[in-house]
Amino acid sequence: MVEFNLPANSKVGKGKTVNSANGAARTKTFKVYRWNPDDGNNPVVDTFVIDLDRCGPMVLDAIIMIKNEIDPTLTFRRSCREGVCGSCAMNIDGTNTLACTKATEDVSGDVSIYPLPHLPVIKDLVGDMSMFYAQYASVTPWLQADSPPPEGQERLQSREDRAQIDGLWECILCACCSTSCPSYWWNGERYLGPAALLQAYRWIADSRDEATGERLDALEDPFRLYRCHTIMNCTKTCPKSLNPAKAIAEIKKKMLERR
Amino acid sequence: MAQVERPLSPHLQVYKPQLTSVLSILHRITGVGLGVGTLLLAWWLVSAAYGPDHFEVSQAFIASWFGRLLLFGFTYSLFYHLCNGIRHLFWDAGWGFELKAAYSSGWLVVIASIGLTVASWIAGYASGGAL
Repeated sequence: MVEFNLPANSKVGKGKTVNSANGAARTKTFKVYRWNPDDGNNPVVDTFVIDLDRCGPMVLDAIIMIKNEIDPTLTFRRSCREGVCGSCAMNIDGTNTLACTKATEDVSGDVSIYPLPHLPVIKDLVGDMSMFYAQYASVTPWLQADSPPPEGQERLQSREDRAQIDGLWECILCACCSTSCPSYWWNGERYLGPAALLQAYRWIADSRDEATGERLDALEDPFRLYRCHTIMNCTKTCPKSLNPAKAIAEIKKKMLERR
Repeated sequence: MAQVERPLSPHLQVYKPQLTSVLSILHRITGVGLGVGTLLLAWWLVSAAYGPDHFEVSQAFIASWFGRLLLFGFTYSLFYHLCNGIRHLFWDAGWGFELKAAYSSGWLVVIASIGLTVASWIAGYASGGAL
């Protein structure tokens, strides 16, 4: 359902301000979304001023510094710190990206940090991804083939066939694209969203997979696939520079071609 | 763990407007504009069929500043929806999905729709002898 406003319990208030820069020469202000499930209050935005000369270059470095030195209760996901795992996806400066690959100096003015949009919040910057993962599972993201693999070796692919899945296999399922999509915001229970659809196409486009028909059958639905209106926020925001909008268009073309 | 009512993270409130999303919502708004404009057009035609007394009323309304404003919106809706519709046809064929291409075609649609609207109004006023 289209609901432009946030529910009453989600309206964001003003939080505390902590200046830890102590008159440093180069400082930056971070405005961070906070919500604590244990105190019963609405979410707030806390303001932290930090000394850039004592901090690493990325936004992730800054929030780790905030957690280590100012407020150990600040909660967020992170792991690889090099754009491979997708854990630290969040809304930074108004668009979704990975905190570990977003340079603080690329943000002019204050750095606002929110959880990925339109998700139930578990705590602070951690959103509930259960639906996202269930949708990923629903596209059966594994190789399906009835014919047995060649005796004593793996299923082979020509270089050309292998090239068909370039730009698809690199997806790290960080959910930046799906949670940037207004269509996914309004119909997230029924529309699969750009990430799950790109993953679906990754298997449709794989020459070794023999379940293309079943995969397309599963997507032939007014909501699961066709809620994509080519807004292209997904492609704009993808931190891996992939093109979910293009992948979805390829699925739509396949639907037409098989009629 | 106690069940808590989880807040929904901010979406429209924090997401930066960008060409991709703004042109998309504009496509829908101009679609609605076309609907409203078509009602106006139908009313004008029906009133003409009813006779001079009725036609005078609709003609006076459309010629008023508010009527002209509606008409201007109708014209822009028509040209924007047309231009962006053609952009969508290219997308449906699988073309123009690279971010650079999508931005170029987006700006092209903005310029073309404004240009066509202004040109048709100039042509309209000129042919009416007002220029």
